[in-house]
Amino acid sequence: MALDILYFAWVRERVGVAEERIDLPAGVTTPLDLAYWLAARGGGYAEAFADPARLRCAVDQDIVPLTADLANAAEIAFFPPVTGG
Amino acid sequence: MICVRVQPEDFDGGAELAALEGKGGGAVASFTGIVRADDGVEAMTLEHYPGMTEKALTALAEQATARWPLCGVTVLHRVGTLRAGDRIVFVGTASDHRAAALEACAFLIDRLKTDAPFWKKEHRREGDSWVEARATDDAAARSWD
Repeated sequence: MALDILYFAWVRERVGVAEERIDLPAGVTTPLDLAYWLAARGGGYAEAFADPARLRCAVDQDIVPLTADLANAAEIAFFPPVTGG
Repeated sequence: MICVRVQPEDFDGGAELAALEGKGGGAVASFTGIVRADDGVEAMTLEHYPGMTEKALTALAEQATARWPLCGVTVLHRVGTLRAGDRIVFVGTASDHRAAALEACAFLIDRLKTDAPFWKKEHRREGDSWVEARATDDAAARSWD
């Protein structure tokens, strides 16, 4: 199933793109699984996803834990802890 | 009753307050955030998650109206590049009495800092750096749980 991945702040800078579409790889069922899968691409992805504990994610625009279920997700975003206000 | 805006343009805090004063309540409270010139910061760039940002701010405003008897809530946040001294965020609340207006205003700004998808990058003469989230902000937000 197609999944849009969005990156923000230093995650976006390290990965080098703001957005991409992938087919959810077999065996990837959580954002954490996806983070490890992306890190395995190497380069900027490896830098961005070296320590998933530093990242937060939103699935279909709701902030969820990295252990959430990705089934039926259309959009996922990875980003550092937010710093607005 | 709920007004949420995310915009690069500056806002007129006086006009926002006047609108809240016209809601018929007896109390209006507000918070305005300004870009500080900390440690040589000359400017900062605010990045956000279009679509989710508006949704998250509206959800916070709805939580505030469910928790306190409010007759008006305004949440404005600027994005893009801002200079030291620029206005960055405005939260305003209107209610019949001061406690609800003041508490709801504090709730909104505390939760906005941890629940809304904004990221600040600071620009200094010597280079740029992303602002790190603070544990004290997490603690302030959780104090409303």
